[in-house]
Parts: sequence; C-alpha cells; structure tokens
Amino acid sequence: MQRQVPLLLTAAIGLVMLLYFFVPNPIIAGPGHFFEDAVIIVVAFAIVLGAANLLQFNGDIIVRRGKDWPYKVVLLLSMFAMIGIGLVEGEHYLDPETKFSWMYNTFYASMQATMFALLAFYIASAAFRAFRIRNVEAALLAIAALFVMIGRVPIGLAISKNWPNGVQLPQISDWIMENPQNSAKRAILMGAALGVMSTGLRIIMGIEGSFSRGEGR
Amino acid sequence: MHIANPLSFDGLGVWIAALLTLFIFSFLYKDNPFYKLAEHLFVGISAGYYVAQEWWAVIYPQCVKPVMNGSRPIMIIPGILGLLLFSRFVPKAGWLSRWSLAIIIGAYAGIKTTGFAQGDLVEQFHASLLPLWVPGHIGLSIDNILFIAGIISTLVFFFFSTEHKGAIKSTAQLGVWFLMISFGAAYGFTVMARVSLLIGRFQFLLDPWLGVARF
Amino acid sequence: MASLIVFLVGLAVVAGVLALLLRVPAVAAWFARLRGLDRRWIFVAVWVLVMIPLLFPLKLPIAPTARAVEYYEEIEKLKPGDIVLLSADYDPASGPELGPMLRSSLTQLCRHKVKIVGDCLWPGGPPLLEQGFNEVARDSFHYKYGEDYVNLGFKEGREAVILAMGNSIPGTFASDFRGTPVTQLPLMNKVTNLSSVKLLVNISAGYPGTKEWVQQASRRFNLRIISGCTAVSAPEYYAYLQSNQLLGLLGGMAGAAEYEKMTGITGSATKGMDAQSSVHLLIMLCILMGNLAHWAARRQGER
Repeated sequence: MQRQVPLLLTAAIGLVMLLYFFVPNPIIAGPGHFFEDAVIIVVAFAIVLGAANLLQFNGDIIVRRGKDWPYKVVLLLSMFAMIGIGLVEGEHYLDPETKFSWMYNTFYASMQATMFALLAFYIASAAFRAFRIRNVEAALLAIAALFVMIGRVPIGLAISKNWPNGVQLPQISDWIMENPQNSAKRAILMGAALGVMSTGLRIIMGIEGSFSRGEGR
Repeated sequence: MHIANPLSFDGLGVWIAALLTLFIFSFLYKDNPFYKLAEHLFVGISAGYYVAQEWWAVIYPQCVKPVMNGSRPIMIIPGILGLLLFSRFVPKAGWLSRWSLAIIIGAYAGIKTTGFAQGDLVEQFHASLLPLWVPGHIGLSIDNILFIAGIISTLVFFFFSTEHKGAIKSTAQLGVWFLMISFGAAYGFTVMARVSLLIGRFQFLLDPWLGVARF
Repeated sequence: MASLIVFLVGLAVVAGVLALLLRVPAVAAWFARLRGLDRRWIFVAVWVLVMIPLLFPLKLPIAPTARAVEYYEEIEKLKPGDIVLLSADYDPASGPELGPMLRSSLTQLCRHKVKIVGDCLWPGGPPLLEQGFNEVARDSFHYKYGEDYVNLGFKEGREAVILAMGNSIPGTFASDFRGTPVTQLPLMNKVTNLSSVKLLVNISAGYPGTKEWVQQASRRFNLRIISGCTAVSAPEYYAYLQSNQLLGLLGGMAGAAEYEKMTGITGSATKGMDAQSSVHLLIMLCILMGNLAHWAARRQGER
C-alpha cells in the first residue's frame, strides 16, 4: 500500500500526460487538463513545505543553542515578518505602495542581486588561479573563450572595426557561436533528450521508484 | 551628488539596501558577522516571500476560492494532496506524503518526456539535415560540413556502449575538440553574465544611493 | 587590412618578448611568485575596473548582432491591436541583464500599439514586470490597464503552467496580479489560449524559461517565440535559433545594449558596456598571467 499506491499513481498520471500530447480526445484531454491544474497546486504546497523544513531545521539549532543560533533567530523572525505582512496586505500585496513591496525592493531584490554579483570577483580570481592551459584541449577552450569574451563586448569592435570583413572580432565570435559551438551543443541537447526520455519512461513504468521508498520524518 | 534621503520611506529603503549590499560584499575580505547577518536575513526574507507568493498567486485563487464559492469543488483534491506533503513531519504518517510526490513526479515525467522528445530530439535532428554542398556558396557549404561533422563526432564521443578505438577513437577525439570550443564559448558567456550582475549592483550604489551618476 | 596586420604583428612581438623575458631567471622568479598573489588584489582590480568606466564612460561603439536584429524585426512585424504574451521569467538576480531588455521590449511593443498580456513563471518576477509596465506602458505611452495591457502575475508549476496556458489562459490565471478576476478585464476576453497570441516575448533567466517554452509550446501550439536571456543561457539557445524554434535572441547585457541601440534608448545596459569591456580585458590578462606564472614556476622546478 505504502509503495504500490504511489507507483500506480505515478504510472497512471504519467501515462495520461504522455498520451495527452498525442490524443486530443476528451477521454484523455479532460484528465490531462485536470492534472495540469492539480500539479500546479501541489507544487505550490511543496514550496511552502520548504519553508516549514527551514523552520524545523533552524528551530532545532535555536533550541539546542547550536552554532550561529542568534543568526537563525534573525532568519526565522524575518521569515515570519515577511509571511505576516504578505498575508495581512491581502490580494493587493504586491502593489507598489504596500509594505510587502517595500520589503521586496529593500531586502529581497537587493540582497539576491548582490549574492550573485559576488560571483564576478570569484570568476576573475579563478581565471588567474585555476585556468591552466596544459594540453591541446585546454588550449582550444581558452582560444574559444578569449575570442568570445573580446568579440561580444564593444572593445572587440573598436579594435577590429578596420579589419577586413569576415575576420573582425565580433564576426569571429559570432561564427564560433553559430557553428562549432552550436554543433556540440546540439549533440549535447540530443543526448540529454534521450536521457530524459529514458528516465521519464522508467519512472512511468515504475522501474525508477526510489521516491516511493523514503521514510517520512 | 544627490544621496538618497534616509529620512523618507523610499530613501530609507535605498540606504538599507545599500548597507546590506556592502555587508554582503564584505565577504570578499573575509567571513564576518555583517555578512552572516545579511545572509540569514536574505534566506528568511526569501522564504517568507515565496510562502506569501504561493498563497496569493496559487493556493488561494486556484484551490481555496473555487472550493469555497463552489465554482470548482474538485480542486479540493489537489488541496488535500498538497496538505498531505506535511505528513512528513509526523513519523508514523510520513508515507502519505509519497502520494503527493507521486502526483508531481508522474505529471512531470510525462510532460518532460514529450517536451524533450519534440523540442530537443525530433526538431533538432530535423534541423541537422543540412545540404553538404550549396551551389555558389562555398563558405556556407564548409560551415554545413563542419556543423554536421561536429554533431556526429560529439555524439560518437558520448556513445560509451562500444570501446573507443580505431576510427571511433579518432572521431570521438574530434568530438572532444568541438566540445572544448563549446565549453570555451560557454565560459566566455558565463564571464559576461557574472560581470553584468556586478555592474548592476554598482549602478545601484552609484545612482539611487549616492546619486553620482545617472543610469 | 593594415590594422589587422599591425595587430597580429603586435601580438607576435608581445609573445616573443614574453618568451625571451621568461628565460631571464629574475623575471621567471617574479612570475613564479605571482602564483602566491592574494586573490583580494584581483578583487580590488575588478572593483576599480568596474567603477571607473561607470563614472567616466568611454562610450565605445555597439553594433547589433544578427540574432538581436532578428528579435527586433519580429516585433517590427506586429500590427496595432495584435496581442503579445510577455513572459518575464526572471528575478532581481538577473535584473541588470534582463531589466533593460524588458523595458526596451515594452517600448518597442508600445510604439506598435500592441496589446500586451504579461505573466511570470518565476516567483520573484511580478514586481519587476509591474515596474516595467508602470514605467513604460502606463507612464510613457499612457496605456490603459485592462484594455491595453494586463499583468497576470506569477503561477507555480513551470512546464505545467505552459501546458495549461496552451489549453486556456483565463483558466490558468483566473485572476490577475492584483486579484481582479480576468473576466472583468476587457483585453482578456480576446485571449483564449496560446494559439490566440501573435508572439511570445520571453525574458528568461533560466529554468523555467525559454527552453521550456520552446519544448512545450513552439510546435505544439504553433507559438512564435523570441527570447531575451541571460548570457549564461544564451549558448544553448543557438541550437533552437538554427532550427527556427526560436526566432530571435538577445544574450546578456551585450544583447540588451544592442537592442537598446536599435530602439534608440541609452539605458543601463548601454552604459554598462564600457565596464564590461574593461573587466573582460582584465580576465583575459588574468588567464595569461596565471599561465605564465604556472609555466615560470614549472621551469624553475625543472631547473
């Protein structure tokens, strides 16, 4: 019951969604539409589950007075503050004049953007410390990277604007992107597609059923 | 120079955002309490934002409202399945959450299988059927030959069901070279992306906060 | 031709000089010591090379690529009254690259008096889309909400949302961003599903985004798609361009700057390209110096 029902559900729903692609008949399309709508709601609950997990994990640390526990208090307080303000604001919670919007712009938007902006520094440092040209393959990688980096920015055009047509740096960069890069990427796409299809079919047929063996907490 | 006014609500928001930005940048020197504070604040605010979003954008309009006003009572089923996910917190009842997971996994297995089959396999294969000789266009002909050689050699490289020796080994080696060019190009674009994000943060610090430039 | 020859000769001279210098023990030792350089000096260099061009712009020339021109031309083909779906699938982390694309796309769409239906597949997207609509459609072009444009907001579910929209957009988004039932919005009376939309303008930061739209909607619902995406995603989408599943592509901040040039806007992307150029040169230098340091250290080790 604990394993068979989930596997049966997966197989049935997966099969309907597969057939839904090919069969417009309402016998298949009707359930297909319902499952589309249903999975949207279940996934939304899954996101809320993530927040609940966060509460449990950090709550444990606070109770045990684990490492950095005061910061976990900040984490949970800010989470509850955001949830509380969002729920109280109502359906207009994202209107520009609401407190929720202000929190979004002040905290969420700025910090998320900055977290990703840090990567620029590390990519420069990694280029110096880790990018080693030891063989032909690495040299090819480096040459392609250098041409693309210089060709995609205005300095590449400024340097090469008087060069013959066809060998200007932006044109070389574009040629690399449209031809050798594109062909390798396409092969990767096709190979990955085969992998996804086989995994999807294995899941639907119940061969890949590891999710049905887990224990709840 | 027009620094944001910290005494106005909007200006206060800009100042807080700028300080949090600098707190996070301080990690570049070394890990410190300011960075830790900003990091944990970010995680908490993000989680809270997502919960509020999911409630008002999905759960309330798609599930709660249609069930309460009777327009679509069947939506109680996904609502119950969603709530069953939380049974994971009850050791004896945790197995119920697998039913909800099964819905998600089954639906997406079906959706992704057909999506990848259509978009990434059939269409891509179709588009790869290029003429090897285009009359009057020698450059295009060379490009097409190179293109198809790249696809075939890269696919041969990923074919591990047979030992790579002889002609297969040479073809696979050519595939590796195409892959390296592809990774190099991807690296160049990745560098561009990361630097762009940094430029964006600096534009925020220089314009809305310090007001020394206009972007 | 002359400038190409000068450039190549210059490169050869620099390479030759470096090769000769590396033979000098003192110089080789200096390069070898570079291996121990504190990476925070590189951080300082990045900081300086971003800050200075932003404060003192060089205004280097920008030339649109063919794929950016295709993006522009697809919107140019639209007629007044056509309905376009604008899917802003990104969040503030990708704002510097995609925000300018969103604003420029809205500008070009509004110039053509096109009706716009907006949605987001990323939870962080709705306020960004709303800001774009307010600044461009409402304030600059005096578009009326509900008649000329609608913001449907966010919906969780990724590919499932795309499929659901292919079946029925009002069914998927029963209410808009502000909770108003879509039946009360005149524009939504003309929108049934993805097949009733002339073009999808997808501003995409990753998953879910352009790839999912192409896989689920381009052939299944005969949807014409153009994409503005982050530079990280762009290389993968060239395959979709070549197969005509995608009809135009803007890649990263450079793509946004090219598009701003075509639409006649001098926005944040254009102003950021000088800094982009200088940091790219720094990274190329880092790759070169890092390898020279490595080779010099190896030669010293061999001696």
